Amino acid sequence: MTVSKPAEATRPNPASSGTETQGDAIVAVPLRHPWRIAIAVVLVFLIALFIVDAAQWPDYGWADVGKYIFDRRVSQAAWVTLALTVLSMIAAIILGLLLAIMRLSPNPVVKSIAWLHLWIFRGTPVYVQLVFWGIVALIYPVFTIGIPFMEPWITVENGVFTNLFITAVIGLALNEAAYMSEIVRAGLLSVDEGQEEASTALAMSWGQTMRYVVVPQAMKIIIPPTGNEEIFHAEVDVAGGGHSAQIDLYGVSRGISAVTFTPVPLLIVASIWYLLFTSVLMVGQHFIEKRFSRGTGRRQTGPTADMDPAVAAVTAAPLGNEMGGKG
Amino acid sequence: MSTTAMVQADRVSKSFGSNNVLRSISLEVQTGEVLCVVGPSGSGKSTFLRCINHLEKIDAGRLFVEGQLVGYRQKGGKLHELRPKEAAIQRRDIGMVFQRFNLFPHMTALENIIQAPMRVKRIPKAQATLRARELMERAGLGDKADHYPAHLSGGQQQRVAIARALAMDPKLMLFDEPTSALDPELVGEVLDVMKELATSGMTMIVVTHEMGFAREVADSIAFMDGGVVVESGPPRELLGNPQQERTKAFLSKVL
Repeated sequence: MTVSKPAEATRPNPASSGTETQGDAIVAVPLRHPWRIAIAVVLVFLIALFIVDAAQWPDYGWADVGKYIFDRRVSQAAWVTLALTVLSMIAAIILGLLLAIMRLSPNPVVKSIAWLHLWIFRGTPVYVQLVFWGIVALIYPVFTIGIPFMEPWITVENGVFTNLFITAVIGLALNEAAYMSEIVRAGLLSVDEGQEEASTALAMSWGQTMRYVVVPQAMKIIIPPTGNEEIFHAEVDVAGGGHSAQIDLYGVSRGISAVTFTPVPLLIVASIWYLLFTSVLMVGQHFIEKRFSRGTGRRQTGPTADMDPAVAAVTAAPLGNEMGGKG
Repeated sequence: MSTTAMVQADRVSKSFGSNNVLRSISLEVQTGEVLCVVGPSGSGKSTFLRCINHLEKIDAGRLFVEGQLVGYRQKGGKLHELRPKEAAIQRRDIGMVFQRFNLFPHMTALENIIQAPMRVKRIPKAQATLRARELMERAGLGDKADHYPAHLSGGQQQRVAIARALAMDPKLMLFDEPTSALDPELVGEVLDVMKELATSGMTMIVVTHEMGFAREVADSIAFMDGGVVVESGPPRELLGNPQQERTKAFLSKVL
């Protein structure tokens, strides 16, 4: 039925393209995917079943979940977790970027420093490092400035490493930076050598080349594994580190459940908070990815290459979500 | 040594490991001249070009641009390697265009062009933009300023790359097979821009396979093979009446 259309309907549409179509325009029945729908229905049913079942199961202790989700101790711990994660993440990303650039520097001294950092901080377990930073104040109770073996000029009490929170941020950041630096290095290496060459030929310095040419292009490669790394970091390192100090979400939840003997509701409470934080991180990642994928709209290269910007923008728009759009 | 020559190569040699890519290359390019370097692939043409702006270090001989030693400073009979900053200062006056364009894909055409003048010469953005638009107009790209390289054709990308190099107001332009990566129908538009540039008096060294362009635009042609300049001279002589067997063999294949 769809084949025999009246003649005027098959006439080329002047708005769509200027080409003189000879044959009939194709009006095909789209390919059907019945199995997709069937499997989706089954999955939704199973999930609904699980939820309904879980809602009635007393072990989940939904009343307790509701009671503890906004408990002062829990929400305070949630803030500590968030602050620990965000602060150590920012520090780790900056330090990681610096270390990766140092690794690729032509200067062998700078290169070795970066390598040494990686070797030590990736080579030892994060919990060992955190415990070490926790007792640093005992080993070095004061900071002094002066000539070795002489009376020091200035002596300052070690106030930094006696603060548990600051110690945790420093410890987490130093460890995380080692992992970040490898992610960043992979990104930097992925940028075509011709880019550095062109920038050098334009008389830009090595630093300018990195900052304006190489790093911005590497970001596209760096961001997805960074999101992965940071979420893992928030959940495993911070939870593990904070647990031992009983200051973070997981540590506090375990602490409460040890008293109330209701482990499951508090695990759910902690999970809900973690899901909230990681969701925020993922939304942030999405926007950063969009920002750094400028000029890489793969699909618009061919037919729109010679169009005027307005037309190109309109045709590109429907594709512009996951592909990064037109900037 | 004459100081009037824009480029003077005196027995320049370069090897990658045991591979002698350049073997005692000597040639001169005067200010305002266009030299086309032709020859089979692997003959060292591109390497020689990259030595001129010190993207590659030479191992022996001397290479001068405007009478200045490239990449080194002569002091008390010894050559001292220049600091990266000093090498960069020498590159300011030398523009380079690559076979694969090497435009910065994360910047629009205009941003590509204003980058080096802003960062290197500290020219204010407004002024750099004005100049960039002028250069784009000259390259026939007046309406492409806000396009990203991925949205431009190969010919348009290469013309942006030429404008980008010209934005630094170079005294010498190096072209490394600028049309080799282009679809045949796009070669002409790039060559036209280069012809216009040659006519305006720019000193140019062009590594190319476009014999028609070399014949029409070049003041002299150098034929390279196996890391040496086999033969060089004005286009009429070199293309019309080659003296060396190797030149004849090569030309019989490409003409």
